[in-house]
Amino acid sequence: MRDPNRANRYPLRRRQVVEHLVTDMDDLLVVAGLGAPTWDATAAGDRDLTCPLWGAMGGTAMIGLGLALARPDRRVLVVTGDGDMLMGLGSLATVALQRPANLSVVVLDNERYGETGMQATHTAGPTDLAAVAHACGFEQAATLHDEEELDRATPAILEGEGPLFFAVKVRAEAPPLVLPPRDGAHLKDRFRMALIGTE
Amino acid sequence: MTDSPPTWPADIHAALKALGVRHVPCVPDAGHARLIELCRNDDEMRVVPLTTEEEGVAMLAGSWLGGRRGVLLMQSSGIGNCVNMFSTVRVGRYPLLTLIAMRGQWGEANPWQMPMGRNAAAILELSGFQVLGLDDAGMAAETVSAGGRTAFEANEMVAVLVSQRLIGSKAFAPTEDG
Repeated sequence: MRDPNRANRYPLRRRQVVEHLVTDMDDLLVVAGLGAPTWDATAAGDRDLTCPLWGAMGGTAMIGLGLALARPDRRVLVVTGDGDMLMGLGSLATVALQRPANLSVVVLDNERYGETGMQATHTAGPTDLAAVAHACGFEQAATLHDEEELDRATPAILEGEGPLFFAVKVRAEAPPLVLPPRDGAHLKDRFRMALIGTE
Repeated sequence: MTDSPPTWPADIHAALKALGVRHVPCVPDAGHARLIELCRNDDEMRVVPLTTEEEGVAMLAGSWLGGRRGVLLMQSSGIGNCVNMFSTVRVGRYPLLTLIAMRGQWGEANPWQMPMGRNAAAILELSGFQVLGLDDAGMAAETVSAGGRTAFEANEMVAVLVSQRLIGSKAFAPTEDG
């Protein structure tokens, strides 16, 4: 019998996972999905080469794909939530078909819709996102449950041959909001200025 | 008189190439079939088949973040799949060029195509697009070039609606029966 409250006891904490992945990775291109992963990414340091999304639900992995195809010389990390990923499941098939070697998709899976009141998502039920990704054609797709598994997967996430998919089971919690700038045009322009030197 | 294949798909392909378009996300469509094939055979272009059109809207925002220009190819029925993602493009002032093969217009025989066909331009305008019509094959290159300049240089959303009159309407049934 599946325990609907199991995510309240998951050992991994979302803020620590994101900090662990992006700290000191100055060249990493990050796309952060709405809303909690965007707050997590900002808590780890507001940086020009992160594109934090306040909207675009269901589109985070596809923004990552466009960026990864545009810049095959750079590692692209998509950090998003289970709600966003569920809304764009088809994009896993689209990404897998393109086989971008430089793209990693990390889903912070707390089995909740965090921004709307912590309602259960489908991953609190029977849906296994890593299995979906694998079935869509991601050769490397796994679920990570604790620090040891995360540490073991980190070199692959940051340097391994993509496309890679990891569902990281994180505790269902709502850490304090840490907000990036709200203006989408500003966020885009500063990203491009930092990456290619032009708006 | 022999029917030679129309040249407007090649004209559009040449115009896209001149604009520096490299990424071509699309949901396959009969009206765009020749253009998609030309893009596929172009080593400088990357055709990305989508499961739904909104993926292409998001993808091209990412392409632009990385310094690449792209074009989204879709059929008019795909517009409705994109509306929420259009707001990301608008709020971020990302350029977006889309070429839309129209259904629900000239000689349409499928009633299910009519609602999106009739509402296409209005929905696009409400979403923030400049909408350019393309009815005349001789204007294809010029229209796409003009739309592309506005999209990529003025950071605007531009949709070129390729008329069903230009594409031809799809036949469904043997006429002697019905």
